[in-house]
Amino acid sequence: MTAREEILASIRNALEVQASDPAGSHARIAQGYNRIGKLNHEARLEFFIDRLVDYDTEIIQVTAEAELPGAIAEALQHAGEDRALIAAAFPAAWLPASVSFKVDNNLPTSEIEGVPAVVTTCEAAVAATGTIILVHEGAQARRVLTLLPDHHICLVRRDQVFELLPETLIAIAAKAAKPITTISGPSATSDIEMTRIRGVHGPRRLTVILYG
Amino acid sequence: MSIVVGKTSKAPDFPVAAKAALKNDQLRRNVHHATNVIRNKRALRVEEMPDWEQLRSAGSEIKAHTLAHLDHYLIEFERNCELAGGKVHWARDADEANKIAIELIRHYGGDGPGVEVIKVKTMTSDEVQMNHALEAAGIKPIETDLADMIVQLGNDEPSHIVVPALHKNRFEIRDIFRDKMEKPELTEQPEDLTAAARGYLRERFLRTKIGISGANFAIADTGSVCVVESEGNGRMCVTLPDVLITLVGIEKVIPSFADLEIFLQTLPRSATGERMNPYNSLWTGVTPGDGPQAFHVILLDNGRTKLLQDEIERETLQCIRCGACLNACPVYRETGGHAYGSIYSGPIGAILSPQLQSLEHSRSLPYASTLCGACYEVCPVKINIPEVLIHLRGEVVREDQKTLSGKLSAENIAMQAAANIFLSHRRYEAAQRMARIGQTIFKRDGQLTNLPGMAGAWTRSRDLRPIPKQSFRDWWKSREKKDGANA
Amino acid sequence: MHYNTGYHREAVPLVRRFVEMFRDAEAVCVPSASCVAMMREHYEMMAEADGDLKFIAEVKSLLPRVFEFSELLVNCLGVEDVGAAFAHSVTYHPSCHSLRMLHVGDAPVKLLRSVRDLTLFELPQKEQCCGFGGTFAVKNPDVSLAMLTEKDACVVQTGAEVVTALDNSCLMQIYGGLHRSGSQVRTMHLAEILAETGGAA
Repeated sequence: MTAREEILASIRNALEVQASDPAGSHARIAQGYNRIGKLNHEARLEFFIDRLVDYDTEIIQVTAEAELPGAIAEALQHAGEDRALIAAAFPAAWLPASVSFKVDNNLPTSEIEGVPAVVTTCEAAVAATGTIILVHEGAQARRVLTLLPDHHICLVRRDQVFELLPETLIAIAAKAAKPITTISGPSATSDIEMTRIRGVHGPRRLTVILYG
Repeated sequence: MSIVVGKTSKAPDFPVAAKAALKNDQLRRNVHHATNVIRNKRALRVEEMPDWEQLRSAGSEIKAHTLAHLDHYLIEFERNCELAGGKVHWARDADEANKIAIELIRHYGGDGPGVEVIKVKTMTSDEVQMNHALEAAGIKPIETDLADMIVQLGNDEPSHIVVPALHKNRFEIRDIFRDKMEKPELTEQPEDLTAAARGYLRERFLRTKIGISGANFAIADTGSVCVVESEGNGRMCVTLPDVLITLVGIEKVIPSFADLEIFLQTLPRSATGERMNPYNSLWTGVTPGDGPQAFHVILLDNGRTKLLQDEIERETLQCIRCGACLNACPVYRETGGHAYGSIYSGPIGAILSPQLQSLEHSRSLPYASTLCGACYEVCPVKINIPEVLIHLRGEVVREDQKTLSGKLSAENIAMQAAANIFLSHRRYEAAQRMARIGQTIFKRDGQLTNLPGMAGAWTRSRDLRPIPKQSFRDWWKSREKKDGANA
Repeated sequence: MHYNTGYHREAVPLVRRFVEMFRDAEAVCVPSASCVAMMREHYEMMAEADGDLKFIAEVKSLLPRVFEFSELLVNCLGVEDVGAAFAHSVTYHPSCHSLRMLHVGDAPVKLLRSVRDLTLFELPQKEQCCGFGGTFAVKNPDVSLAMLTEKDACVVQTGAEVVTALDNSCLMQIYGGLHRSGSQVRTMHLAEILAETGGAA
């Protein structure tokens, strides 16, 4: 017998009741917890901002899309950076003229390493946990782009913010099989005496630009 | 088949190892501090969740359901992972898992010496002792989680499921880094130590072609894998290499992507007391142009299917490795993780290790608990650990009673005698009278301070109040008599 | 003790004995939370493993009539003030089984608050186990002692004259450590405090 056959056989031997309608019994498990948020738009955003601040995320708030180039320039300037990466699909109209952008046309890692910042959009955000969710396609960029630079600037449209995690995952479920990264604040560790240190291997700086 | 769970074959019994650990004041201070911090953070983050109990129940039910249909979900995961360009391998035990990993590394990395692999924290790879197997094959594993790095560079063993180096303080870590990274100027500031780790690993992340990860969740309906982490080393390991090998215990499968809505709420809060850990990575097979272009999953049994048969034992497999039970456990707090003689320590280790492998020392693990229930109270998937411990104690006793030496052991004889005494009030009262007389020779200043036999373990460090002259029963009887006289 | 240590078979006759003794009782008051926890958590399971249908039925019928002492007073009888008086400072150790298995909540605290002249001090880290755990104390004497040392330090820290609980087993452990270290803090079961009338304390 192959290992596969042997493991499956010993599972089946061990389980008295053979799998009958697993989908049905899975669906019947009670979801007694909160799945949909109750806050209105303003309260939800306030909640989101509160949680972002709690996790050391920098926040810039604008309203119109036309203000995005200024906000991106401000985020970079604040960090003392003059170069940034973007995905090829990133809208050109949002780019500030004062900054030089390196467009990812399948850049090799060697050309990504060394660029101080990256600007992306996101798929959704969770207020309760201060989390932004990237589905790595289009302007949300490939995974490596959002990982090597030390500063990640992420544009979050206000209507992308959900209150709770369950409703957010429901909203992105159609894209579940794409590479997904959820980001809650900058990279951190508490491995040394449980002292939270901001910034280990991932970006040490995270800026969220809220717009729309 | 040989089931291996870490480097445990020669570990001493828990009471012996615990005694040694208790003498290490530095270790105890480190463990007390760390568990206090995580416990308090966890309590804070759980309190803000009005639906915490419902999340626990749902998580528990999802896990129980998955285990009851484990074959179905493993096959579904395999199918969807392979449809997306991944390749699934099955390993009966540790040796087989290591053999598969080494063959894959040789296939992609060549037979030459000095092939390196980067690893993101995986308890399962510690369970199968993968680093030792790789090193024996001439492959160099590089641990990238800060705590795992501390353990690896210090030739140490993990002492906690989530925070493996929790037994080391900043000075001890500084000394390891100074020595192994050749940075004699390094200070003990956590910021400096963290920056040193970043610098040390950065070039290794960029040059290494093969990554090894574990998985927090393997998702059947999408074939995706999810890794939960904080530092970004996980993202590095699952993104940068050309080839990714993921080792997954078969109990890590969950039915659907939607189920993450429960576990991604309960796991971070339970593990580190965060609302959400900084990063979760999810990927499905191979994505052209993004991340590793070859992806292999090794599904590991290593004794797990044995636990499925019995419903009480099966609960153990619901574990999502959050470590909350370790932090809550008053025994773990005193001894730290190494005393358990297994990479799985604390309450979950005390039930998992003896069930995965039947080693002599692991027979002492079910007794490494006062059954205080703190572990059950915090478990995010409601594993009734005290219940499983009592169940396993029953197995130990039944096995012992099969042997002559077990039958004649002082404990067994005392237990049989006590049962006999408790069964009859005459015998009980007679025993009480005898004890009252017998205890007089052990009395000092009105206390029992030096009893013989098993009771000596008690009086060696505690006093015992002698049995009073009048028992409750005697008092009750005399009261009835008095009442009768008054009536 | 037998069941928790793994002597499951040996425990069954003891359950039978308990049922025989108390089957006709209107209510069974037990001055030990860990005993009640054992009954509620395991008796039914033990009876079912034994397989005797009559025995199972009797266990099921008896269990709802078994109460821990403070439960019976506060939750069943609605009594908080039993008319006791005790002019001493007291700290309360919520034993593991009363806290996490029986969930007696603040019933014992309500009773203590109603005792005249009694000063109640909050015990730091009160939810931590005292380290007894039945045979744990002799199988793992060193760890048990380490836990006890922490517990007793917390008791002493309160400055209370008396430490009380719903379990004499925990109190035996706590007393053993306190007395050995020369502390003057006394241990009393909650029932003993409630029996005080202020005269001869």
